[in-house]
Amino acid sequence: MKFMHWWHVCRDFMRRLSGDDAYERYLEHYEAMHAETLNPPPRLSRKEFFAYWQEQKWNGVNRCC
Amino acid sequence: MHESKSMNKILKSLIWLAIAIIGAGAVGGIALNRGESINAMWFITAAVCIYLIAYRFYAVWITTKVLLVDETRATPAERLNNGRDYVPTNRWIVFGHHFAAIAGPGPLIGPTLAAQFGYLPGTLWILIGAVLGGAVQDMVTLFLSTRRNGRSLGQMARDELGPIGGVAALLGTLAIMIILIAVLGLVVVNAMKHSPWATSTVVATIPIAVIVGLYMRSFRPGNVLEASLLGVVLLLLAVAAGGWIDHHPGMRSLFDHDGLPLAIGVILYGFAAAILPVWLLLAPRDYLSTFMKLGTILLLAIAIIALQPEVKMPALTQFIDGSGPIFGGALFPFVFITVACGAISGFHSLIASGTTPKLLANERDIRMIGYGSMLLESFVALMAMIAATVLDPGVFFAINSPAGVVGREAATAVATINSWGYAVTVEQMEALARQMGESTLFARTGGAPSLAVGMASIFSSAFGQSLLSFWYHFAIMFEAVFILTTLDAGTRVGRFMLQDILGNFSRRLGETSWYPSVVLSSALVVGGWGYFLYIGVIDPNGGVNILWPLFGIANQMLAAIALCVGTAILIKSGRLKYAWVTGLPLLWLVTVTSTAAWQKVFSADVRIGFHAAANDMAARLAAGTLTPEQVRVAPQLIFNQQLDAWLTMFFIAVLWIVILDMLRVSYRHLTGKPVPVSSETPYQATRLARE
Repeated sequence: MKFMHWWHVCRDFMRRLSGDDAYERYLEHYEAMHAETLNPPPRLSRKEFFAYWQEQKWNGVNRCC
Repeated sequence: MHESKSMNKILKSLIWLAIAIIGAGAVGGIALNRGESINAMWFITAAVCIYLIAYRFYAVWITTKVLLVDETRATPAERLNNGRDYVPTNRWIVFGHHFAAIAGPGPLIGPTLAAQFGYLPGTLWILIGAVLGGAVQDMVTLFLSTRRNGRSLGQMARDELGPIGGVAALLGTLAIMIILIAVLGLVVVNAMKHSPWATSTVVATIPIAVIVGLYMRSFRPGNVLEASLLGVVLLLLAVAAGGWIDHHPGMRSLFDHDGLPLAIGVILYGFAAAILPVWLLLAPRDYLSTFMKLGTILLLAIAIIALQPEVKMPALTQFIDGSGPIFGGALFPFVFITVACGAISGFHSLIASGTTPKLLANERDIRMIGYGSMLLESFVALMAMIAATVLDPGVFFAINSPAGVVGREAATAVATINSWGYAVTVEQMEALARQMGESTLFARTGGAPSLAVGMASIFSSAFGQSLLSFWYHFAIMFEAVFILTTLDAGTRVGRFMLQDILGNFSRRLGETSWYPSVVLSSALVVGGWGYFLYIGVIDPNGGVNILWPLFGIANQMLAAIALCVGTAILIKSGRLKYAWVTGLPLLWLVTVTSTAAWQKVFSADVRIGFHAAANDMAARLAAGTLTPEQVRVAPQLIFNQQLDAWLTMFFIAVLWIVILDMLRVSYRHLTGKPVPVSSETPYQATRLARE
């Protein structure tokens, strides 16, 4: 029981850190912000979202010496 | 109740007192040891005690008394939350992102080169510099940027000092990028030179990155962990396959090259990587390098703590007088220029004023992320110092001394190193090269190979001697992977900056998506570092001798600019009495950087002064004492030395302009004259519940 708990904590941490769960978080954000509004922006598919997310993530200083 | 509280307090004080005593003892042990060798655990103990005390007391004092960190204040991530770049994030996640971003190959290379002075100067600078300088700079910059909606260092310099500071920061950053990439490229080239195993493994990382990129883009979109795991497995297979190629006569010759063709390969690769879409090469490579980096650092830490190797390098060598073989220049100021990342690195201020402040959920996380990450990076630098100094000093100098200093033949190189008083034999070097699966380990200047030998010997004593050559090439591949990541990312950042500048002249050229502008600006940036890489490769003294000090000066210049911005803001906001927190490290950096630059430009010693070296070579060319091979490259080397002198003067001019600007703004404020108003965003209470 305890072991499974720590396993989940570690897995969630790794997923969050690597961006593995970025689409799920996008969906949460979308539901929270736009689902109930009148003219919601189009909901991106997993593939569309990831392409956009990746493009944005690597535009700028994100690595150092 | 009351009694147990005060008991607790006494107990805590006693524990901290014990940490202080143990730490002081360990530092004393390192500093005063004059025996044959000293155990690496002394270094680890000293570092951990110093970090703990600095983090618990100095960093807390700075956040509560100087910066006035406010837990009730909403951060930009909360106020501007858009689910994309501004997102309140768990502090451990932010810590992971921030550390992965600041820790590149720099802290591994600098300490290895600085080991030519002995283990002591570099170690003390890594510990003291990080605690009083680097971590303070990172934390203050992170705090200031957080209070300004995550604005960049350049923007903050413009807002708080004026347009001059802003332009200086932009130019400084672009210049560092160019020099940094050139020197990193040179390190990779020196590791691959006539090493089919290393070359084939490094080449294999390119298709592996593409496979991972396609996997997470099209095959299983967004499955980052799965794709990265696949990539790591493929990388390990590539290291093993490199061993097979090395023993295959036909395949072997395909990957056995001189420095120059390898350098041209790196330049072409850099250009391709800069104009290809990020998802194809840069992003997947970055995932691989981040996982490899964190994994290898962890493995190295475990191995050092478990095996407790003996450091064989003396505390000080005779090269503190400036006659060192790896780079010329005396202990002061050059150890402080050589070890930049790991002690204080201006580059970090770009990360601390970029992505990270947009993720902070609460201001109280600033100490852990700004100060804590830098302490961890300092620890990485310390491990690199240990890995370099566990080698026999004779072996260390044989690997790292360029052929132009010790001689091209193994016998002459060994004789020169023996004459310095360091025992090493030709047979010993041959046996070592054979064990590592290389034809030779002589003159592999740059730090990567000697670090790889150090890491391989530490790893193999933990995981078995038979794998020595595998571990050596694993270490080479590991360094190459994230050096190439920095090369890709740096070229791209340089391109954006250049397009930003060009946009002032032609709107079209400033568009980051207009393809001709992308190709033109990429070519200019790649041409910039490609030039320095090319010169570094044809230089018989190894090029690192020239490029690393230039990089150090540039990086410390950027750190000084960041500290100038911090000091000016402290003074402008009425905290003059605390201005020394950033002012003292600034004063030290200015002293070190200006002295180093002065010596690099004006020293009469041909191994230090750029002009002296240029004049010396011109005189020898005129006198006809050069070999035909040297005559061919002499004009280019002479031109390059003169160019480097101008570049150094440019760096110092930029630095002093920013300092004078900071002093001007501070003086005006103190005498009641108008200054640019603070760009801090007004207070807004946080509504996020405490985690």
